[in-house]
Amino acid sequence: MLFLCGQRHSVARQHSNNGAVMAESSQSAETNLTDVQNDIKAAFKPFDYQANNTVDVREIGTIIYSLGCFPSQADLHDFIAEVEEDHTGYVHLDRFLPAMTKVLVENKFPPIPEDLLLQAFEVLDKEKKGYLEPEELIKYMTQEGEPFTQMEVDEMLTALADREKNLIYYKDLTSQLTIDPDMKGYPKR
Amino acid sequence: MGCGVSKSGHFHKHSGKALRAAVLIQRWYRQYVARTEMRRRYTWNIFQSIEYSGEQAQIKLYNFLGYLMDNFTPSSNERNLISHIFRENEVCQDAEWERYFCYNNIEVPEIYSGPHLTFPLTANQAVGLVEAFRNKKQLHSRYVLQLLMETWKRLRMLPNINRISTCHSKEIAICGDLHGQLEDLLLIFYKNGMPSLEKPYVFNGDFVDRGKDSIEILLILFSFMLVYPGDVYLNRGNHEDHIVNLRYGFTKEVLTKYRMHGKRILKLLQKIFSWLPLATVIDQKVLVLHGGISDSTDLGILARVDRHNYVSALRPPKKRHHVATGISIDSDTDEDLGFSNKIGQRRASLVYPKPLGTRDCFHNRSLQDLTDRIKANTEDELEIRRKKQSLLNSAVSKPEKDSMSVSSESLNSDNTKEEWKQILDLLWSDPMSQDGCVPNEVRGGGCYWGPNVTEDFLNRHSLQLIIRSHECKEDGYEFCHNRKVLTLFSASNYYDVGSNRGAYVKLGPDLVPYLIQYQASSMTRELTVRQSVGQTERSALKVLREQLFAHKSDLICAFKKFDRGNTGHVSLNDWASAVESVMHLNLPWRMLRCQLVTCKTSDGMIDYQDWFNELAIKGPNTDHIDQSLLETLYRHRSTLETIFRIVDTDNSGFITIEDFRQTWKLLSVYLKMEITEEAISDLAVTIDSNQDGSIDIDEFMEAFRLTDKKSRLERGRSMFMGTTTDLTKLEGNPNI
Repeated sequence: MLFLCGQRHSVARQHSNNGAVMAESSQSAETNLTDVQNDIKAAFKPFDYQANNTVDVREIGTIIYSLGCFPSQADLHDFIAEVEEDHTGYVHLDRFLPAMTKVLVENKFPPIPEDLLLQAFEVLDKEKKGYLEPEELIKYMTQEGEPFTQMEVDEMLTALADREKNLIYYKDLTSQLTIDPDMKGYPKR
Repeated sequence: MGCGVSKSGHFHKHSGKALRAAVLIQRWYRQYVARTEMRRRYTWNIFQSIEYSGEQAQIKLYNFLGYLMDNFTPSSNERNLISHIFRENEVCQDAEWERYFCYNNIEVPEIYSGPHLTFPLTANQAVGLVEAFRNKKQLHSRYVLQLLMETWKRLRMLPNINRISTCHSKEIAICGDLHGQLEDLLLIFYKNGMPSLEKPYVFNGDFVDRGKDSIEILLILFSFMLVYPGDVYLNRGNHEDHIVNLRYGFTKEVLTKYRMHGKRILKLLQKIFSWLPLATVIDQKVLVLHGGISDSTDLGILARVDRHNYVSALRPPKKRHHVATGISIDSDTDEDLGFSNKIGQRRASLVYPKPLGTRDCFHNRSLQDLTDRIKANTEDELEIRRKKQSLLNSAVSKPEKDSMSVSSESLNSDNTKEEWKQILDLLWSDPMSQDGCVPNEVRGGGCYWGPNVTEDFLNRHSLQLIIRSHECKEDGYEFCHNRKVLTLFSASNYYDVGSNRGAYVKLGPDLVPYLIQYQASSMTRELTVRQSVGQTERSALKVLREQLFAHKSDLICAFKKFDRGNTGHVSLNDWASAVESVMHLNLPWRMLRCQLVTCKTSDGMIDYQDWFNELAIKGPNTDHIDQSLLETLYRHRSTLETIFRIVDTDNSGFITIEDFRQTWKLLSVYLKMEITEEAISDLAVTIDSNQDGSIDIDEFMEAFRLTDKKSRLERGRSMFMGTTTDLTKLEGNPNI
């Protein structure tokens, strides 16, 4: 049972996502479930500041992402609506765990393969320059799709733009965005 | 569909594709940010866990030593080894102290290039001092002693609780923990201006330890306090305490920088720390104190205590009538006259679980005989080593009362006990989110107090806000309890470069806190978020790997329990459980797994022997030394060093071989392990290379330092080893 990827052929490319669950076909389904749940708890814990099994609802996105999922903004909204404790602003592990387990088991928010990410940048780089100018990227990020806030855009540019030339060399970036070179990376199957 | 402005037909043609592309990129980027945030979070967890377990270890050590004190016969060697740390600064004639402070015979040589001070101090001189320290000068010991003397004279006149006001539209600046980080203090002065009549300041404790410029910070703060007595206020922190200083680097810093007069300076600072005020109240509405409160905190009581009796907050003071007028403050003389037995009899500690009866029972015992008893007790203490989440049980006041009443000393009055608890709570407590008030067992002192306690307290005292420090916060500050409690932390990059910002607060007549954040070190500003997280993370992981390596035997044992078939492999689940069961750090091990375990595993199993090799920690060349002894050394590094410094009664940096042996025997009891005479000799031989019968403590600790084969240029401090390793050592400069 594979939890993460919709398509088998892109498995080889999925190597990032700390804490992401890769199932082992040799083990029983039951053990896999325990694994999944333990991973969920481990991802939940660093945000449980008061050590009472609750996290601020605003951290849920971060937790879900770091479990290797790629929900859309709408997906996130729906998920949160399901698990939030009646508008308190908090989510309790008791509700998060089953909901998240379902997400992982059913692979509801499958990841996007790295090669598609590269293609996406190439689409935006209409003139095939090999890089994007900040203004171009800003335009797309704030006007298209699931728009970024001003803050997100500013952060993104700081993080991704080449210092000196102030250009975004996306070919180099795709690997950075997918596998963090600082991380040892997850063992590949 | 969100097409936005289509400036050209070209764009319009690809809009469908562009839309999908944009979505893809956005989603990937958000995921990337989330992962970075996750790493930042658990890196923080790592540092904090290790820090708190270090503090806990310190208090446990202290309690253990106290226990030994209560149970040794007066003349035993072991007792003499450690008795001096329990000796009070007796309440002596002022003349005695003035003599001790005496600086007149200290000559300042021609070649000294640091600042010269004349008293009474002027504003120019205080500013000059700051400049001098910025330029890495050191103040001559003569001036240090003089300055300390003046400081002591002034502090004695201050009440326990300073009451100040924001009249004349003055905005008061309040700073939190500085921990010897001079760069941060300079940054605050740069942003806010130096203290003056127009710029009042309150400094909220923990000026020393961990950072490398603790003494400089103290000298600056004292100077400004002398120059502007109505505008500079200092509150005591839990680190203004010589027992704590032994472990966390201040003692070492002073002795290194002031080789000739360091001992005297330290002793005087003990006195000065005890005279630091406990709290400050602004406009009768805002309370500023270092740690926090408990459900029994009473400002009335606090205002009345004799604060200078509490030289160390970790124990209650001795009774006054023990003081014989002939006793001098010179510790050496004391020992010769055999006064040590009568003085400084230890009271029960607040968080010590089960005292084991009175002195009489242990009348004739030596260390060895106590082994079994102590084993049981340390076991109890290890049980108690739990974290915040298990605080949800009720037993609060009962155990405390029990331990206090069974105290071996019948001379304790309830007053003293109560007063002591007030001070302990004030200096060590932390806020929690649940209602109630429970003992703070993570730190080992003070309480955790909840929002209802805050509410109650503020109402009772007609206050509106508590400003405290004591806890490191990523943004330099944090509100809690309905914004009625503000935590303020002024040491940026506390755990490592990039780990956190520092902050200070400005309070005007409207009493609305205005926060200013900053981060010292130009390096952090240039790094991207990802890079700085990565750097801090590497640091944290390095520390963690060293800790794991130091627990190798126990870990292998734990793994074997899961690996019944003796295959050498365990599953990820089992690995995580085993590691937590040994390390007790309450970390999300599965999250950290990618960083800690990189050996390729088939079908998800981890080869644990391989894993240790992979941790790539290099020990010193120590084939001739017993393996488990080595691990003890790595694991209890800080404790070991602390004990050495305690045993080094004259603060020379050396202890005799004989004392060295005694220390190990002490440790063997504390850590519940067998250490043979032979093993100890092997250790001693490694170090005492000139065979002169004495051991250099620093050399010893260095010889057994673990190094990370893969570590890059280390920018942070290895403060979790309890020592400040990047001290600028002035090679025995006789001129200072």
